[in-house]
Amino acid sequence: MKDAAKDEAGPPVPRPSGPAAESPSAAPAETPGLHLEALSVRLGDELLVALDRHIAPGEVLTVMGPSGSGKSTLLAAITGTLAPAFRLTGRIRLAGRDITALPTHRRGVGLMMQDDVLFPHLSVGANLAFGLAPSIRGRAARCARIDQALSDAGLEGMAARDPATLSGGQRSRVALMRTLLSEPGALLLDEPFSKLDADRRAQIRAFTFAQARAYGLPTLLVTHDAADAADAGGPVITPDGRPL
Amino acid sequence: MASANRPRHGGDCAPDGHAMSPVTAKASTPPVTESAPPAPPRRGPGWAPILTIAVMLGPVLAGIAGTAAPAFGWLPALGGDGLSLRPWAELFATPGLGISVRLSLVTGLVATALSLAITLLIVAAFQGTRTFALIERLLSPLLSVPHAAAAFGLAFLIAPSGWIARAFSPWATGWERPPDLLIVSDPAGLSLIAGLVAKEVPFLLLMTLAALGQARAREARLTALTLGYGPLASWAKAVLPAVYPQIRLPVFAVLAYSMSVVDVAQILGPTTPPPLSVQLVEWMRDPDLALRFRAAAGALLQIGLVVAALGLWRLGEIAAARLGRAWTVAGTRHARDHALRIAAGGAAVTITLAVALGLAGLAVWSMAGLWRFPDALPGTLTDRIWQREAAQIAPPALTTAVIAITAALIALVLAVACLQTEFRRGTRPGAGGQWLLYLPLIVPQTGFLFGLQIAASSAGIPPGLAAVIAAHLVFVLPYVFLSLAGPWRAWDQRQALAAASLGASPARVLLAVRLPMMLAPLATALAVGMAVSIGQYLPTLLIGAGRVATLTTEAVALAAGGDRRLIGAWGLVQALAPLPGFALALILPALVWRRRRGMTAAR
Repeated sequence: MKDAAKDEAGPPVPRPSGPAAESPSAAPAETPGLHLEALSVRLGDELLVALDRHIAPGEVLTVMGPSGSGKSTLLAAITGTLAPAFRLTGRIRLAGRDITALPTHRRGVGLMMQDDVLFPHLSVGANLAFGLAPSIRGRAARCARIDQALSDAGLEGMAARDPATLSGGQRSRVALMRTLLSEPGALLLDEPFSKLDADRRAQIRAFTFAQARAYGLPTLLVTHDAADAADAGGPVITPDGRPL
Repeated sequence: MASANRPRHGGDCAPDGHAMSPVTAKASTPPVTESAPPAPPRRGPGWAPILTIAVMLGPVLAGIAGTAAPAFGWLPALGGDGLSLRPWAELFATPGLGISVRLSLVTGLVATALSLAITLLIVAAFQGTRTFALIERLLSPLLSVPHAAAAFGLAFLIAPSGWIARAFSPWATGWERPPDLLIVSDPAGLSLIAGLVAKEVPFLLLMTLAALGQARAREARLTALTLGYGPLASWAKAVLPAVYPQIRLPVFAVLAYSMSVVDVAQILGPTTPPPLSVQLVEWMRDPDLALRFRAAAGALLQIGLVVAALGLWRLGEIAAARLGRAWTVAGTRHARDHALRIAAGGAAVTITLAVALGLAGLAVWSMAGLWRFPDALPGTLTDRIWQREAAQIAPPALTTAVIAITAALIALVLAVACLQTEFRRGTRPGAGGQWLLYLPLIVPQTGFLFGLQIAASSAGIPPGLAAVIAAHLVFVLPYVFLSLAGPWRAWDQRQALAAASLGASPARVLLAVRLPMMLAPLATALAVGMAVSIGQYLPTLLIGAGRVATLTTEAVALAAGGDRRLIGAWGLVQALAPLPGFALALILPALVWRRRRGMTAAR
């Protein structure tokens, strides 16, 4: 019942030949960055998302709008968690790879949510190890990489700590490092600063954008805070593609 | 869902996926990929729910079939190879059958109505108070006491030589020796009703508590209070109508159970004639095999009685709802309800004390030397019984543990698999699913276990441990599922999203994130399942063909003998048997997560 949409979609079909080839968004496969190619999401007759953008590595695209404007729908489309009632058209490509129909865990899209969502049953270090890509092997190498990440985030020696004993700002930084260690191809920020208090907020925000740039990640920030958008520095648009 | 919506909403999109949305039109020709959500839900209900339903309902259906055939004379193994109504003629010719039927109906209906009334009164009077928190904490231990042990305890307490009589003698009663009164096993079934109420109120309380959260009970009650309604009237008029539909199935289960219970009725119920269920088991176990036909007809009669009683109850619900609506629109405030609230508190205290003192009575009797009436305590204490019985208790205790752990573990795996299927597909079972879950608890045990025994033996399944475990599973599964489903569904799904966005596969999310986080509810569900298994009497007796001895079967078998010291020892062991499971469920998560504040704060 629920997957009737699948009937008409099937696996991602090859791009039709002809005029499509001239499409400005039809980038060559090896182009780095995150491509939202004629991406639209509808719920019933309502068009929630309509974007045709390219986010280059290290660039931040900010999507702003009031609640209900399709910001979370856009994030769900990119993370692959849209409810079956939504209809998605278009394509999402990450570093040339079509990820439109992939399950969440195979997309390589890192996500920072409003709450840090650290796993409460794991220590800070184990949370980072959960994220750390399996390509880094050996206990010593993995521990070293985690310690490095902790010190990058100004959290030296906190690997054994219970995440519940950290401050909000520290938890945010751990969550960010956990995402970066998983070596994502792109970074999605879902109002990750909204629950921090004012003085921490600017600091964590600057840290996050600096890390995203340092890792060369195409970054999509969803927010309703103008200061977030200003700090991000990149273009600011609405979920249906209008510039702000 | 989506397919139903398509003609309505998707009219602007060509079904082949070559849609021309505003965006694609703008970007010259579109790269067209219409995609369903990734990892789309698969078709069909999946293996886990199908297997679970088969394990749970297969025996019920086979049992009903196995009952129906001999009830109409067909049981080739015993020479019944044609259809006949003779079993029914014999059944209705049984002297005292009318009284048995009446006892079954009256004790069932009265015990259920009383249990429900007391439960609702307690919740209405104390919801949101500190007393309520205390009641909540007392619930689990009360629930975990097996029915038979609670019944023994109550029997000891109210017997002419029990603590109640002793407390009032001789100064109030003038009794110098235990009076010759038939209090336990009274012909009207009053003590049976009391025993059932003491065990069913905790169960209904727990189910009501679970329903309260979904019914926005706090807000509704507060609104009514601010409109000037008394606390009880606020609850009855504003909360109850939303809560009752959610506890209807548990109430039905209580009604069916109370009408057909065997072990409690053997301990507290009338004897000549006994309630129908006890009479049936006597026939089923009679050396005269010809009685099996009559027993089968009686089992069908029992099912019919339960169905009739459920119908009667439903009519009562409709009448009560109509009266309730009239009462509600009348706008009466009933602001002074002190007396009723005190009555509610009294009921809660009485039930708790009755069970607790009953168990204490078992313990004291098991160690009593000479215990003169009306002394409150025995003159001497001795461990003679324990010395003698320890070796007898050990083997059935081991059997009980093996059955309980195996059945509860299987049930837990199936429940997790079902809930995980539900989670991954984003679906919830509807009302039909709830009915399936409650069906094994609503079909009377006497109605299908006898037939299941017949069906198993004609299928060549030998009676024994494995068969008993399978039979226990029928009753363990619903409770394990009910216990686990709430916490499982309440889990913060962003944890799964966070893990998946870090590249964790669904299997890894389950094993490394969800299961560890669910340790406490998993352990509790396991303990609940074990407690249910430990308390089973009839499935062990019938499916084990008398060859599988558990603490419960052995303890209940002592009922007829009337040796208080022996019953005290066995009853106490049976009552304590579920405790290690619950203790482990409490201690294990606290120990494992002692360094994780986020895990303890969540509970």
